[in-house]
Amino acid sequence: MSPPIAISSVNGNTKISTNKRRVAVAMSGGVDSSVAAALLLEQGYDVIGMMMRLWSEPGSTTQTTLNRCCTPEQMADARRVAEKLQIPFYVLDVQEYFYKKVVQYFIQGHDLGITPNPCIECNRVIRFDYLLKHALSLGVDYLATGHYARIRQSSDGYHLLESVDRSKDQSYVLHVLGQNELARVIFPIGEFTKVQVRELAVHFQIPVANKSESMDLCFLKDGDYRRFLRENSKVKGEPGPIISPDGVVLGKHSGLSNYTIGQRKGLQIMAEQPMYVLRKDRHHNSLIVAPRVALNMDCLHCREINWVSSQLPISPFPARVKVRYRAEATPAMVTPLASAQASIRFEDPVFGITAGQGAVIYIDEECIGGGIIVNKECP
Amino acid sequence: MVNKNIYMDYGATTPVRREVLEVMLPYWSDYYGNPSSVHKFGQQASLGLREARETIAKSLGCHCDEIVFTACGSESDNLALRGAMWSARMNGRGNHMITSQIEHKAVLETAIQLQRNADFEVTILPVDKYGCVDIDQLEQAIRPDTVLISIMAANNEIGTFQPIEEIGMFAREHGVLFHTDAVQAIPFRAWKVNSMPIDLMSIAPHKFYGPKGIGILYVRRGHQLVSTLTGGGQEDDRRAGTENVAYAVGSAEALRLAVAEREENVAHYQSLTSRLISGLVERFPETCRLTGHPFLRLPNNASFAFRNISGNDIVFHLDVSGVSASSGSACLTGDPKPSTVLGACGLSHEWTSGGLRLTVGRFSTKEDVEYLLTALSDVIGHLEALKAHFA
Repeated sequence: MSPPIAISSVNGNTKISTNKRRVAVAMSGGVDSSVAAALLLEQGYDVIGMMMRLWSEPGSTTQTTLNRCCTPEQMADARRVAEKLQIPFYVLDVQEYFYKKVVQYFIQGHDLGITPNPCIECNRVIRFDYLLKHALSLGVDYLATGHYARIRQSSDGYHLLESVDRSKDQSYVLHVLGQNELARVIFPIGEFTKVQVRELAVHFQIPVANKSESMDLCFLKDGDYRRFLRENSKVKGEPGPIISPDGVVLGKHSGLSNYTIGQRKGLQIMAEQPMYVLRKDRHHNSLIVAPRVALNMDCLHCREINWVSSQLPISPFPARVKVRYRAEATPAMVTPLASAQASIRFEDPVFGITAGQGAVIYIDEECIGGGIIVNKECP
Repeated sequence: MVNKNIYMDYGATTPVRREVLEVMLPYWSDYYGNPSSVHKFGQQASLGLREARETIAKSLGCHCDEIVFTACGSESDNLALRGAMWSARMNGRGNHMITSQIEHKAVLETAIQLQRNADFEVTILPVDKYGCVDIDQLEQAIRPDTVLISIMAANNEIGTFQPIEEIGMFAREHGVLFHTDAVQAIPFRAWKVNSMPIDLMSIAPHKFYGPKGIGILYVRRGHQLVSTLTGGGQEDDRRAGTENVAYAVGSAEALRLAVAEREENVAHYQSLTSRLISGLVERFPETCRLTGHPFLRLPNNASFAFRNISGNDIVFHLDVSGVSASSGSACLTGDPKPSTVLGACGLSHEWTSGGLRLTVGRFSTKEDVEYLLTALSDVIGHLEALKAHFA
């Protein structure tokens, strides 16, 4: 049986395979990382499979936990794929470090009134730092993952591009990568659509179960992050008023940490039109809600910006910016500032800009960097 | 990653040796009869089974009718414990058994289940810093209703030999049965089991170049066991199920060879493990310590604990470097628990997750040992650097 698509063109980057190159693949048992491993094998790499055991909330393994990370089922799935591909497979225990760096970051961020994106932080400190360095210490040349994104090498360095399948593109959570990481990372499936990846799985006879996509907050036992924050937050939310921007009391909230910016459901207030959480006033313990249009903002400020090229752009430039994982990239003018900050002004107002989430900057199909949105009024 | 494939986990299992394979082969498609059948085919198989039993009995210094074939070492342990305890209950002879903290799970979990599900009482003895059971502790634990003492002959993780003669004599003086899990120890001692104070002994042929999927339980004449696998009354009503003649024949050959080559093997293994032990302790005086007894230990076992380094990480880094070893507490899910055996020896938590067990065998060489020492130095260097970086 011949491959459904030409796989010789896989991963157009120029990571040369003159000698037999060695690569560690971060495997999850899912179709994407499994196909990634199979593609690399077919390209002649020496492949080892690795899986991280991340911290997850203690709790029963029931139907609701299918998406959780590192369940025994997922471990078994990944191991089965590795056995089928006849590659060595190892599990790295990252529970403690992940808890410290990602879970606590998530909890503390909420305590500070922002909505952190743990996936971005996980990629920054766990997958492309902890795992990458551990993999390299084994003597491999590269770390591969099943992300939908592409890497291109040119005379001026490595470039991070959106995946061919824009609906699956994951460059948003990869904007934290720099040149050092990109030189050592391979995204074998970024050149394919999800449909093609599924076909490849069939072609490679990879035993992957028909599972749902993994979710963002993989460490929760039930997907209910509000409950998780309630139980783990140091800041014990006191009930307080829900008010409109002009100070009219509309209802009562159960504690600020139970709400996220942009949230509409569960406010239990009477209003003439749908109201959304606009901001949290921690000094007065009040939750400010407003009609959807009030949540549209035409600019944002971000910090901890990473420029993928490692070079700081010197002047304002036009780009497209995503403010959430699943948001459309919208036209904006980006002004780089000192101390790894930037201000971004959109051509048209954007809904749901949330402190703690990533603002990720694109020029055409290239992700050139991004930062963390901060609570700060635009100038 | 490296073109090395050094196996240093003979304590987990061994390859079937050629001689063993050859004697087994005819029993699959030529002498395939059921030993219980009346006809010629059955008689042929029955002959093979009988001869296997005779060889094993001779190798152990006991009678044929004292050899019970099971399906694995764990089943032998299960049959010894359940069989003896239920038999005692049926005969009103008592309700209590004694075992130790460092037994194999096949003994410990069975004992715990007997306690939990069937109201038997179990005392679990502590061990000293070498992993040795103390006779004084045994003295304190024994009761008028004690039926059975189960203490392994040598520990699988740290290799320590237990004073089984002493324990056996103690048991005998108190009219108590003595079972020993000798799964690890079998190839390394001269067994004259009939003249030793042992009533029940578990054996697993795959630990000495025999096949997996078969176990042996020695049961001293006169001791009754309640069968834990009931059916057609095979194995003298102690273990039902059509006999696995091929594996029994293979086990007999493996044991015969192990006995014949014992002294040669012991000398070979000891020279390798003493180099491993001195090499590692010299290289890492601060971070590595020998676990188990300094000399009363399995000759093929060199076991260590590393301070604040995960044994699982060591094992997988070593594997990538071309040496397959064991952390002592196998964990496939990346959620390793500290070793209960090392904990029982009194090691603090900074050591108990850092177990490394190197077990050598017939095909191990000096070069393997030197390669391991170099590879492990690199691995420990990498892991310590990573640990410091991500502290």
